[in-house]
This record gives sequence, C-alpha cells and structure tokens, in this order.
Amino acid sequence: MTADPETLRPEALQDSWTRRIAEAGDGPALEALRIAALGKAGEVTALLKTMGSLTQEERQERGPKIHALREVVTGALAAKKDELDNAELDRRLATERVDLSLPAREAARGSIHPVSQVMDELAEIFADLGFAVAEGPEIEDDWHNFTALNIPETHPARAMHDTFYVEGGAEPMVLRTHTSPVQIRTMQSQPPPIRIIAPGRVYRSDSDATHTPMFHQIEGLVIDRGIHMGHLKWTLETFLKAFFERDDIVLRLRPSYFPFTEPSAEVDVGWSMEKGRRVVGGSEGWMEVLGSGMVHPRVIAACGLDPDEWQGFAFGTGVDRLAMLKYGMDDLRAFFDGDLRWMKHYGFRFLDVPTLSGGVGA
Amino acid sequence: MKFSLSWLKSHLDTDADAATVAEKLTSIGLEVEEVSNPAEMLRPFKVARVLTAGPHPQADKLQVLTVDTGSGEPLQVVCGAPNARAGMLGVFGGSGTYVPGSDITLKQATIRGVESNGMMCSARELQLGDNHDGIIELPDDAPVGTSFADYAELDDAVFDVAITPNRQDCMGVHGIARDLAAAGLGRLKSIDVPVVDGSFDNQIEIRIEDPEGCPAFYGRMVRGLSNKASPEWMQQRLKAAGQRPISALVDITNYVMLDHGRPSHAYDVKTLSGAVVARRAAEGETVIALNEKEYPLDPSMTVIADDNNAHDIGGIMGGEHSGVSPETTDVLLEVAYFDPKRIARTGQRLMLTSDARSRFERGVDPAFLDDGLAIITGLILDICGGEASRVTRAGTPPVQAKRVAFKPERAAGLGGIDVPVDEQIAILERLGFSMDGNEAVVPSWRRDIDGSADLVEEVVRMVGYDAIPSTPLPRANGVAQATATRGQMIERKIRRAAAARGLDEAINWSFISEAEAALFGGAPHVLANPISEEMKVMRPSLIPGLAAAARRNADRGAAAIRLFEVGRRYLADGEKPTVTLLLAGNASPRGWQDGKATAFDAHDAKSEVLALLEAAGAPVASLQLAMNAGPTWHPGRSATLGLGKAVLAAFGELHPRIAKALDAPVGTVAAELYLDAIPAPRGKERARAAFAPPTLQPLSRDFAFIVPADLAADALVRAIRGADKQLITAVRVFDRYQGEQGLSLALEVTLQPVDKSLTEVEIGEVSGKIVAAAGKLGAQLRG
Repeated sequence: MTADPETLRPEALQDSWTRRIAEAGDGPALEALRIAALGKAGEVTALLKTMGSLTQEERQERGPKIHALREVVTGALAAKKDELDNAELDRRLATERVDLSLPAREAARGSIHPVSQVMDELAEIFADLGFAVAEGPEIEDDWHNFTALNIPETHPARAMHDTFYVEGGAEPMVLRTHTSPVQIRTMQSQPPPIRIIAPGRVYRSDSDATHTPMFHQIEGLVIDRGIHMGHLKWTLETFLKAFFERDDIVLRLRPSYFPFTEPSAEVDVGWSMEKGRRVVGGSEGWMEVLGSGMVHPRVIAACGLDPDEWQGFAFGTGVDRLAMLKYGMDDLRAFFDGDLRWMKHYGFRFLDVPTLSGGVGA
Repeated sequence: MKFSLSWLKSHLDTDADAATVAEKLTSIGLEVEEVSNPAEMLRPFKVARVLTAGPHPQADKLQVLTVDTGSGEPLQVVCGAPNARAGMLGVFGGSGTYVPGSDITLKQATIRGVESNGMMCSARELQLGDNHDGIIELPDDAPVGTSFADYAELDDAVFDVAITPNRQDCMGVHGIARDLAAAGLGRLKSIDVPVVDGSFDNQIEIRIEDPEGCPAFYGRMVRGLSNKASPEWMQQRLKAAGQRPISALVDITNYVMLDHGRPSHAYDVKTLSGAVVARRAAEGETVIALNEKEYPLDPSMTVIADDNNAHDIGGIMGGEHSGVSPETTDVLLEVAYFDPKRIARTGQRLMLTSDARSRFERGVDPAFLDDGLAIITGLILDICGGEASRVTRAGTPPVQAKRVAFKPERAAGLGGIDVPVDEQIAILERLGFSMDGNEAVVPSWRRDIDGSADLVEEVVRMVGYDAIPSTPLPRANGVAQATATRGQMIERKIRRAAAARGLDEAINWSFISEAEAALFGGAPHVLANPISEEMKVMRPSLIPGLAAAARRNADRGAAAIRLFEVGRRYLADGEKPTVTLLLAGNASPRGWQDGKATAFDAHDAKSEVLALLEAAGAPVASLQLAMNAGPTWHPGRSATLGLGKAVLAAFGELHPRIAKALDAPVGTVAAELYLDAIPAPRGKERARAAFAPPTLQPLSRDFAFIVPADLAADALVRAIRGADKQLITAVRVFDRYQGEQGLSLALEVTLQPVDKSLTEVEIGEVSGKIVAAAGKLGAQLRG
C-alpha cells in the first residue's frame, strides 16, 4: 500500500487516534488499536517509514510532526492502559474480602511461676550487692541441718522445726528444715570473705491453711572481717526497699533467738492499708518477714574458721511469703496445686526478666 | 506465757500502762502476741440499785423493777431473776449495750406488754462465771452509777508473750519483771521469801539413785492441811494465765511455776509407801500420768518412785495415783533439779509436753530450790493451814557460777552500736550479772549465756535494736560481677524458653506416694514420718506430680495442658536437677481455619525438648537419637537424645500402663531433660569463629527414596549429609508416605558452592554420591 502523504497528515491522524484510544473499552481493544497504530503495519509506523523518502526540506517540515504523532499516540496508549488496569484492579479488589474480625490462630501463652520469678528478682538484687547464689542438698544430714548450726539433739529449738526424717541410711538424714545448712556447706567449701544467698525448697511436717509441708526459703550469709549488726540492718533495708520497689519501707528489728546467731533479730516490716488491701510500706502495723542475726561463734568454729578473726551475719525469709506480699496472692496452698487458671493469672511472661536497668518487679 | 498487768506489777514497781509495757516487752525480745483486757467489754455496765420490785401483770416468773443507775430518772426494767428485790445492788446494762455472755445487744423492748429499758445481769451474762441462777448481788457500799469494771477492778490487761527457747528465766512473771526493770521500765521488787523452819522431821526418806538425771531433790512434808479452793486473787491470776483453778495445792504449785518459773510437785502422803526415790525407769515400767494416759518407760528416763512403783515422770508430769485430791491432808513437796538434756530426750520420746518439761528442759534456776520450796510451803500454810516439816535435801544442784569474758568494745564491733562501758555494766548488773575485772559472772538463772556475743546481745537489746545505725555494706569497685553458676543459668534459660513456647511452670510436691514411685523404679528416700501416704517418698521422677496436676486441670475443663517443672529427682546417687514437661489435651484447638482439634503426639514433645536443649546451650545438631526411652515410656513412641554415653533427654508417649496408673489424661506425652548431663561449652571465649557469608547462591535438589520400613529417617538424613560434607549444607525431609512400592521419604538437599558455581557434571557427581549413600541403608531412588 502506498500512502498518500496528504491523507496521512499527522495533525489529522493525531486527533483521530487520541479519540479512538480514549474510546477503547478494554485491554484487547486497546491492544488492537496499538497494533493498528504502532504495529509493523500500523498507520503511524507507516508514516514513520515515509521519513526516509522525504527530501531535506520535507523532513524538516514533516519530521517533527510525525515524531510528535508517535509520542502522543504512545502516551495515550500508556495512559489508557493504566486507566484500564486500575479499573480492572478496582473491580477485582471489590470482590476480594476476608473478615479480619475472625480470630487469629491462637498461640499458647506460657507462664513463669511466681516463686521462680521472685527468686530471679532476689538473685538480681543481691548480685548488685555482691552476693552469689549458692545451693545445697534438700535431703540433708543431721549435722548440717542442726548440730553445726548449734542445735544439739536435745535442744528445745528442734521441737520448733517439725522435722521430716528419712528412713534408713548410715547416718540420720532429714529433709532440710531451712536453707541454713547451705551456710555451713559454703563456709566449709570456700574461704572468706563470703557473700551468698541460698534459695531453695525446705520442708516442715506442718500442713494447715497457712502452712504447707514444702515451701521455699532464701538464706543470706556474709562472713568477713568487721561485719556488724549495722551492716545487717542496712542490707535488709536495702534489699526490702529494692524488692518491694518502695522507699517507705520501715523495718523493726526485735531481739529474738535462733541457736545459730547471737545476737539474733526478728525483722518486722511495716504495712499500711491501700484500697482495702494490706500492703508493705508505711507503719500502720507490723508483720514478721525475716529472721536474722550475727552468725554464732560456735557455728563459725564448726565450719573450721576462727571466730576471733571472722564474723558476719545471716538472714532467712520465705520466698513464697515474699511473693504473696508483693504480688497479692492470699493462699499459699495454691502455689503447689498446678492450677492453670491460677498460673495464668499470677504467673509471669517469659520476657519479664528482672534486671537492674529494667526494674526487678513485673 | 500469759499474765496480767496487776500480776506483773506485784514484781515491778512502775507506772507504765499496758501499751507501754507491751511495746517495751517486744523491743527487748519478749514478743507480745496479744494484749487483751476483759474489762473493755464490761465498761458500759454500771453499778445500780433496785428501787422497787413488783409482780409483772402478765407473767408469774417475771418482775417489774425500777432501777437507779446513778443518772437521770429511774428506769423500768423487766427481770426474771428470783433474787431481784427492792434495795439490792447489782449490775445494769442499758439499751445499746453488748452482753458478751449472751451475745446480744440490748435495746428498749416491750416484754409481755411492759416496757423494759435494759437488764440486770447474771455472772454468766458478763462471762465472769457460770452462775445464772440469779443476778449479781453487790455489797451495800458499792457506789451507784460507777462503771462495774472499775468497781470490781476488772480492768487488768492480760499479755500473751512468746518466750524464746533460750529464756527459761522469763517463763515466770518475776523474770519478765527483771528484764523490764533492766530496760528501765521500773524497779524490780525483791522476792519475799518466807522463813519456814519446820516443826518436825520429814518422815519420808528422799533418795537419789540417778544423780545424772536428777542431781538434786529437796522435799518436805506438810501435814494436817485442808485442800480447799485457792483464794480469789490466785484464781484470778491463774485464769489470766489461761489455767483453770482446781484446788489450793494444785493451784499453788501452778502459781509458783508461773510466778517464778519453778515447777514443783505435791504427792499425797497416803499413797506413798517407803522411801521416795529418783531413779532410772525399769524396762517395761509404765506410769499413768495426770493426763490419764499410760506411758511406757525405759531406763533412759528418770522417774520418782516409792517402794511399790513409779509415781512421776521426773520433771515432766506427775502420776495419777499419787496426785492430791480434795481429801488430801498430808503432802510431800518435791522441788528438784532435773538434767535438761534428759528431760528433752524423755519428752521427745514420749511425745509428751507439759509446762514442767518446757521449763526443766530449758534449765531452771539451780539456785532457787530452797527459796522455791519456802515460797510454796508458805503459801500452803497460809491457805491450807497445816504444819510443815523440816527440809530434806538429797543431792546438790549445779550452782557453779559461769564466767564469761566481758569485752565492751564488742558492742560496737559486733552489735554495731557504741555503748559507754559504764552503761553496759549498769545494764548487765540490772540483769543480775556481777562484774569481776574483765569477766562477767552469769546469774544462776541465765543458762543461755556462755560467751561475749551473748553479753553484746544483752546490752544491745536493752539499748534497743532501733538505735543501731544502718551501715552500708562495703562495695567492690566497678560494675557488679556475674554471680549465677552455669547450672543456675541453664535452669533460668530453660524456664524462660519453656514459658516462651507456651508452657506453664508448675511447682509440685517433692514427695509422692510409694505406689507412684514404684512405677519409676521405686524411691530410695522414704520419709519416716510422712504427712500422708500420698506424700511418703522423695520423688524419683517429676512425672507423677505433673500427671496429677494435668489430671486436676483436665477435670476442671482445661482443653490444652502444657506444664513443666524445674526441680530435683531424688535418686540413690544424689539429687538430680531436672526439667520435665508434660503435654495433654489439644495441641491445637478446633478452629475456623484448621477444622478439627489435633492432639499432642510424641513429635510435639520432641520439638519442645529440642528447643529447650538448645536454650540450655546443648549441641543439638550433634545429639544422637535412640528409640525406646525405657520401661516408663511407650516402646515404639519414645526416644532418648544422647551425646556419647550421656543421655540428655527422654521424650515421647508415656507407657500406657504408667499413664493408666497415674490417671494421666488420654494421649499424654512428656519429656525429661537431665540438666546435669548437658555438657559445658568448651572455653569461655566470647568471640565467635570467623565467618563470611558465601557469595554464591545455594541450590537445592529433591530426592525421593523408597526405604526399608524400619529405617530411621534420621539415619538417612545423616547418611546423605555425610555424602559430601563440604558441599551439602542441609538435608530436610519434606514428604513421607506409604505407597504401593513401600515407604517413601522425600528429601530436599541444599548444596552450597564454595568458590565457583557448580557445573551440571559436578551436580551429577554429588547426586550420585547421595544415591549411593542412601543405597547403603537400603534406600532406593524412586523411579
């Protein structure tokens, strides 16, 4: 086909193609137009092909117009394609719906037992004061549990302990009644100065509303030169303020008696009523939280140390009780029942790791 | 130890009120558990006079009284007491008053048509006695209108004080008064010891055949007495102490014990025959004690016996046979000193507690035998009459005075508070110590003092613990060091990892039943005195506790149970740190996406185990799996994970027999991690091995094999992995099915070229090695 240059006037073609492209109804129609205009045998292509046969003047006159025509048609095709694509996407999106109010897949949510959490908190607080965490056996020999702690067989204090005895064995074994034997084991196994805490399970044959035959204690021990009751008092104040995260913690030390300390002090912490609950802090009343004292010279000597050179203090308290006071549980027995409902309510999330920078409470 | 304020004031000259006394007692180590005052509730009741008494118009047994209560117009009161009459004085409670004996609050009422404005009270209504036959009658001089509590001197606070085991001297009111005086709360009154010479020789021989158990036995007779009721003042003090008055002789011995911490015993002479002897009990001998129980004795125990039989478990409890009765006229008084250790052992063995035992085992004042006996005799003669013999003294009490070094600088050095030396000496002297140069002579009643630390406590508790200044503990330079051990860190990491994976941490009892333990090979540690059969032995496994918890949760309707516990197994060779987890119920619940719920299976336990072992730092990739974890596990659905000879973990389905015996929920799977078997990492180097990510793309090829039915997939994976250790970086099973040709396993093998891309030829070579390696295990490439 030989095109008539006159009938192929670019200006005329531009209007005609822009109109036809604008009128294209869908993708295939637009593609047909593209081929008719810009395909190998397309009208615009044909015009472009005439360029080679033009004279210098003609090329100068018609060339820009033909190129402009191609630009406009190409642009119109692209714009129309976008328009048709968007319309198509909108149509599809209008049909694609999910109900996102439906529940997501459930992930199991685990928990840390309050006793473990509190033990971690205590380890963190005491680490800052330079106390390491020590451990010892729960099935303990009589010597470590009693005799070395200045509690001979006939001592009336033994009756206070409600001891579980273990059958058989060459030497009499008991379930440790307190974490204090760890004091003895530590003094025997490492040279002073010593700063340790010893948390763990302890046992007393006692079972009622407020006592369970198994519970948790934490023991603290400092052995050094020149340690006195003022250090004990400061340590307990510092520890309880850090643990309860309150500055209004008030302690009351009362003289008391433990065979393994001399002088001995029972420690009360002040409480006050807040929103109908008894909370630690203030001094509306007192509750007993700790037993403590200066390690008895006979205990130090029993561990092979010279009591004239080394002295120090020890304290012990109930971990379960600390947890109850801080986090508000009121039934000790529930601690050992494994009730998932209780655990999910009172337990802690795995990332509630007590740290000094992040705070020891959760 | 209970006593009233008025009793205390008979030993202590002080103006202090009950609150001040209570506070001081606690601050010096005599912890007040309760202060009660029976007068508080009786304060609103008043002394009143009955002005007129006339018959009730509607009821024969009632009277209508007018009562003068001392203020305002006389009140009309309806009264049912037969002794109510005009002119008498009694106790009146008006409207709004709480009547403790009847547990009612009075209000204005109309009784059978007659208005009544209060009540004239009986003794029982005021909890002052059992009498309810009539209203209380007061003497004519009782002032009308005054508070009855004041008039009757009922206003007397009662202290309940916890005495620590070291303070026998405070198991008597006098000793408590001494401590308070030493603390500056008044002046200790000296004890008024009567002089009772005795008018005849004691006719009963007293002999000691067990000087070790009973070093001293002082006694005397009192004859011709009359064992009537003890006087009101003594009864009131005994009641305040929580003791029921019985008869003068019993009350007197009880009273002196509570007043001075000095137990004693009175034998009815008529029941004795021959000499009274402190001796060891014979094997098989028995005594029926005052509590009417029979106790079998043995030669480790001391008894007081006559020619016929043992009468008294020495220092612990008297015998029923020789006890005094209302008819008793002649008594033998025993004031003895028993060896504290002997008393403690005997009491422990007989499981018998008594007021006497608690004093003797703590060590009574060995220098107070004569005074004690004189005080008791004096009271008997005053109250019961009669005639006392001269005193017989067998043996001698251990009165050797103890001396301890007095180091005044220790108050600051140990007690943390600087107390001037003269103040320290003054405190010690008020407590009964006498100073002799650098030594303090310990008073006979302070058996607990035996070193300079004890003197520090005496001084500091009297100064007050609240005066000790807080002193910061010296702190090491720099940031706090890590203090947790590796074992502790493993436990912490596993605990947090388990909670992160959705497991809930339980803490179960360390003890289980023998039957439960038997399922796990039995318990090497058995309690001699368990709380119950369910808590009899120390657990050899954590599974029974978790299974029981799972059962309880399932019964409460829990659909998914994921429990773990960090604790010890108590084995013959020690206490083993262990983490045990137990999964029961739904692994995933039914849901709108996934349809039906799925149950846990052994592979769920496996994935937990691997995750927790990895958290603990175990070399998970190197662990060897061995099927069948042992007799407590399902033989075909359990396995262990080990490293060399060490077994790090076991997991899978519980053996159906075990699951049934433990009543574990259906489909329970479990796992145990043996923490002490997890190897320590080599070296403490923080820096990691050098590493540069490969620059070349990895490529993957799939292989499907028909494998022998009993081939462990893990073995095939390892074999393929080993076919070219450099090139093959991962082998993953992605399909498994049982087809007609047999069991088919499909694996995706990842090849990581190191320095140049692989050619088809090279890939072919590796494929060949893979197929060959699989072939050695009997796996054939699927056609």
